[in-house]
Amino acid sequence: MNFKTSPVIDQVGIEERVARFNTRSIKKQSKVSALKLALNMIDLTTLEGKDTEGKIIQMCHKAVQPGEGIADLPTVAAVCVYPTYVALAKKTLGTSGVKVASVATAFPSGNSTREIKLLDTKLAVDNGADEIDMVISRGEFLKGNYNFVFDEISAIKDACGKARLKVILETGELSTLDNVRRASDIAIAAGADFIKTSTGKIQPAATMPVTLVMLEAIKDHYLKTAQMVGMKPAGGISTAKAALQYLVMVKETLGAQWLSNEWFRFGASSLANDIILQLGKEQKGVYYSKDYISID
Amino acid sequence: MSTETTGFNWEYAPAPEAIDHAKIKKQYELFINGEFVKPLSKKYFETINPATEQVLSKVAEANEKDVHAAMIAAKNAYDKYWKKLSGADRAKYIYRIARVIQERSRELAVIESLNGGKAIRESRDFDIPTAANHFFYYAGWADKLAYAFPNKKIESVGVAAQIIPWNFPLLMAAWKIAPALATGNTVVLKPAESTPLTALKLAELIQDCDLPPGVVNIITGFGAAGAAMVNHPLANKIAFTGSTDVGKIIQKAVAGTGKKITLELGGKAANIVFEDAPINQAVEGIVNGIFFNQGHVCCAGSRLFIQESVSEEVIQKLKARMQTLIVGNPLDKNTDIGAINSKEQLEKINSYLKIGVNEGLEIYQPDNCNLPKQGFYCKPTLFIGAAQSNRVVQEEIFGPVLTIQTFRTIEEVIEKANNIPYGLSAGVWTDKGSKIFNLTTKLRAGVVWANTYNKFDPTSPFGGYKESGFGREGGLHGLAPYVNLS
Repeated sequence: MNFKTSPVIDQVGIEERVARFNTRSIKKQSKVSALKLALNMIDLTTLEGKDTEGKIIQMCHKAVQPGEGIADLPTVAAVCVYPTYVALAKKTLGTSGVKVASVATAFPSGNSTREIKLLDTKLAVDNGADEIDMVISRGEFLKGNYNFVFDEISAIKDACGKARLKVILETGELSTLDNVRRASDIAIAAGADFIKTSTGKIQPAATMPVTLVMLEAIKDHYLKTAQMVGMKPAGGISTAKAALQYLVMVKETLGAQWLSNEWFRFGASSLANDIILQLGKEQKGVYYSKDYISID
Repeated sequence: MSTETTGFNWEYAPAPEAIDHAKIKKQYELFINGEFVKPLSKKYFETINPATEQVLSKVAEANEKDVHAAMIAAKNAYDKYWKKLSGADRAKYIYRIARVIQERSRELAVIESLNGGKAIRESRDFDIPTAANHFFYYAGWADKLAYAFPNKKIESVGVAAQIIPWNFPLLMAAWKIAPALATGNTVVLKPAESTPLTALKLAELIQDCDLPPGVVNIITGFGAAGAAMVNHPLANKIAFTGSTDVGKIIQKAVAGTGKKITLELGGKAANIVFEDAPINQAVEGIVNGIFFNQGHVCCAGSRLFIQESVSEEVIQKLKARMQTLIVGNPLDKNTDIGAINSKEQLEKINSYLKIGVNEGLEIYQPDNCNLPKQGFYCKPTLFIGAAQSNRVVQEEIFGPVLTIQTFRTIEEVIEKANNIPYGLSAGVWTDKGSKIFNLTTKLRAGVVWANTYNKFDPTSPFGGYKESGFGREGGLHGLAPYVNLS
């Protein structure tokens, strides 16, 4: 495939479209239902060197029961951890239905050999991961070795077996929207089940313009093949209002089909609590202290 | 895109803008010599909300005698005050108007949407801020005219008679009044009969700004009042924005009188999409080009030309995008397309829909679009497979109706784009800079947008070729029609 001919992107046009999504006014019942949906789309994440078993267990409890004292809260979609914590997370979550996602392939830089990356993936899958979040080799991509990137993704996809593969483009390192589009096309063609913006380790992480370019790549693929691909913006989305703006963008770009955690996720850690705060406000009629919401 | 869904059928709840803060009087008089005076005609007419057909207010109907009174007031104000003021002093007043518009922007936006039917998103984010910007911009020129026209003796013209249309009521008033005042002229302005309220609100604001009486006069009425303004001997300059038919009548009327004149008339712009364009952004630009302000835009991109190799893709995506447009209550913050301005205009658009279908064109309207029962509404519409000979291609519809033609070569599209009596604007979509510059020199249009559409800025001149009129408004060029140079 010739990825040099990926469709061109007009940055000004993308930014104007995003500005227009952000003028949508989401009120009352449509706000409540969308906030619950957003909560249900979160991949609750901890990817730190200082992670401990205790932190993973606490996060899994939070994933199943995000907030206390607020009626009708869904669970989050998944927890996202390093491969070494997959088995523990899986055991703690039990039959709750919350999935376990694991980063792999020498996360976050991706600077390692194919062999190591495949072993890393295999470790996560063998430990029971439902989903694999891989990173692409940005160095090779920026050099123009698009086929290398394609081959690497397809090899990892094979190693995933039944686990769904999310491909992290690390858009903060790709520098142009044209590159974001090209990387999206490569990932989709190589078999990604989801494309994902960022590791969360590089700034800027997810932005609406970058996400829109990726949604358009998904849409164009769907128009050609009728195959759906999922989308996961990750990093930097921390408020309920921002989450609603992303959902507006998904609804108006891809349609209602994508409005489920089967096809759309937020990679975030602090977003859940802001959504819970807003839902609590809708139920109680007043804002209350964040001290009432558990932080893990 | 398919609507069968495993996802979540998310509808936006109504988000109506509050209207209780917008004060509309039960009856409006004529604004002459700094005061609201009863019309000598003793007649009034009703002005309605086109979204509900409810009466909003009663407005004075100026006759010839009223026009005369306004002209005298403007002439006296010119001789007595305005001509004698320094540029810097004129600027102080114009800046004041700009700031007051900003301060009252919310109220003005609501009234604009109530009276004209346009979506609050547009009146709030476009009409009112751009109107304020025009006053700010021309206030800046008032004491710098010597730099605009170096080595010339610059004189103001005198009394400007200005007639504006119903599609951007307050913004058009700003386009007309701001440069006239900055160059030292006084003004008699007549808003369109279907949308007089924001101009009258502007009259109240001008009163608050303490402008010398008679510098700005705003009178309401019908075509007869406009004719009286054009024919009045004290009018030194005629500025008209509106239909080509009326423009022709005005030009005949002023022939041989020595009055200066600018006309900004109709349009039927070509919006041209090449195969190397950023297609998804081009689709957005097509939507913005034709459905902005319900298509009531003289520079609307109403003729779409798509290069053959991408025509299927563009049309498919355009249709999908149209399914997400929200048509309805103009005061809902989520509305994309509001109400058609008047019953008369809706009938005109509907007659063109019939003409297009009778001409054998494929028509597309989004199937999920439900129009409100009351009020004047029209679904966004495509005519696919159109040709130069179709009436819907040749004539200005002034509604949310887009004709689609395809082309193969650049020569072909230039020829077709220019093959029309109008020449106001055009759009070009391509990733290739050289193609853009090639086209901008060959398209006979006053404004050519590249990879965007319907962008307006006070610093940028705007105006037409051919039957779209002459003279430029905006920018440095917009000063010229209001000065005599020697």
